[in-house]
Amino acid sequence: MNLRDIAWNGLWKQNAGIVQLLGMCPLLAMSNSIVNAAGLGIATIIVMALSSGTVSILRGFIPYEIRIPVFILIIAALVTGIDLAMNAWLHQLYLVLGIFIPLIVTNCIVLARVEAYAAKNPPLSATFDATMMGLGLTLVLVVLGAVRELVGSGTLFAGIEMLVPGAHAIQIMPADYPGFLVAILPPGAFFTLGCLIALRNWIDARAARRKLAQPIPSGEPSMQPV
Amino acid sequence: MSLRQQQAPKDHEAVQISLRTALILMLFTAAFTTLMAFAYLATRDTIAASAKKEKLKLIGEVLPPAMYDNALLKDVIELPAIAELGLDQPSRAYRARKNGEPVALVFEAAAPDGYSGRINLILAVRPDGEIVAVRVTAHRETPGLGDYIDPHKDKNKTQPWISQFDRQGFASLPPAQWHVKKDGGHFDQRSGATISARAVTNAIGRAAAWASKQDAQLFATSAPPAARLN
Repeated sequence: MNLRDIAWNGLWKQNAGIVQLLGMCPLLAMSNSIVNAAGLGIATIIVMALSSGTVSILRGFIPYEIRIPVFILIIAALVTGIDLAMNAWLHQLYLVLGIFIPLIVTNCIVLARVEAYAAKNPPLSATFDATMMGLGLTLVLVVLGAVRELVGSGTLFAGIEMLVPGAHAIQIMPADYPGFLVAILPPGAFFTLGCLIALRNWIDARAARRKLAQPIPSGEPSMQPV
Repeated sequence: MSLRQQQAPKDHEAVQISLRTALILMLFTAAFTTLMAFAYLATRDTIAASAKKEKLKLIGEVLPPAMYDNALLKDVIELPAIAELGLDQPSRAYRARKNGEPVALVFEAAAPDGYSGRINLILAVRPDGEIVAVRVTAHRETPGLGDYIDPHKDKNKTQPWISQFDRQGFASLPPAQWHVKKDGGHFDQRSGATISARAVTNAIGRAAAWASKQDAQLFATSAPPAARLN
């Protein structure tokens, strides 16, 4: 598989958030604002890239019978390391994401990519595959966060000052917008996710119909004089 | 390459394979535990420093640093679990002094009856029982509805809800008034989310009553138990 296929797979065809529907726990809990969603998404990308890379490097030494415990051991050790490092050197970000970093261990998309891809492929493409899978999940998270934040509280980028000092949230709706509570609560995540899945399926179905409607591409007739 | 399904092994082979995989698993565990230990040791001091900074920042929200000049985190008294403060575990109180004179006691309290469980508070109270300020440190109230008890979530940024407790004391406000207006007290609540406000207000009232009884005695307990803590 070449890099382009891997990227297309992670971002669209096998998107972790809206096709494989893996990693629902952070999806629902953390996607109530763009900043939360992006923060958790970035942390997930880092964990996925590192664990897939490590497993891929060590894959020759891991016996088939005990691969799952070893994978979990590797993922848990890496997450612990990231948790400690963020607490020490990125303390502001840690205060926002702190409680969700340990949750990444339980996010099945990490283990799924390690088992399905990294264990059978060389380090470079395994790392790239995990990064693209994580990016696909992050994009879904951010879109979910944007919709829920806009509908729920009428702002975008609330809390951005925790990540980028000096930045401010954007008030989209009028200041007296009463808010729409359901969007902020977990049911709002389900509704929005359902709409996203429907949208993706519609786009795919439309593309497939177009492909069918068009006759086999015979190549543009060449207008250039020979 | 060992990641392939093995054929059903014979008995002596099974023992051999079990031993081998057990050994490999042990090696992996040892290696990654060592890595984690190193990560812990490398970050321990920095984490302790940021935890201390965080604590001072939190205290700074209820008690401006200009108001005291002692080493606040070292002037600590250990409190048992105090039911009046809503605490079921021992806690610590910090004694702020300026030029040796007591300025305020910083301590934790909790409201057990929030809309979604406990609401943790930190208070700074003067020796005469007047509140300097209160902040909510942890809560699970409904986002966008009951979470205005936390001034960072309060839509009214200039006059957050929790700021109405600043400079209140039993001298200016009799104990019977330490309730929300809906319960016949002095303090505002926001419509639609009275339970959160009621829980916090009542907890602050109880904590202020406790502090005004105890403060003089707590400050009299001299000789700060030096660097034992932090």
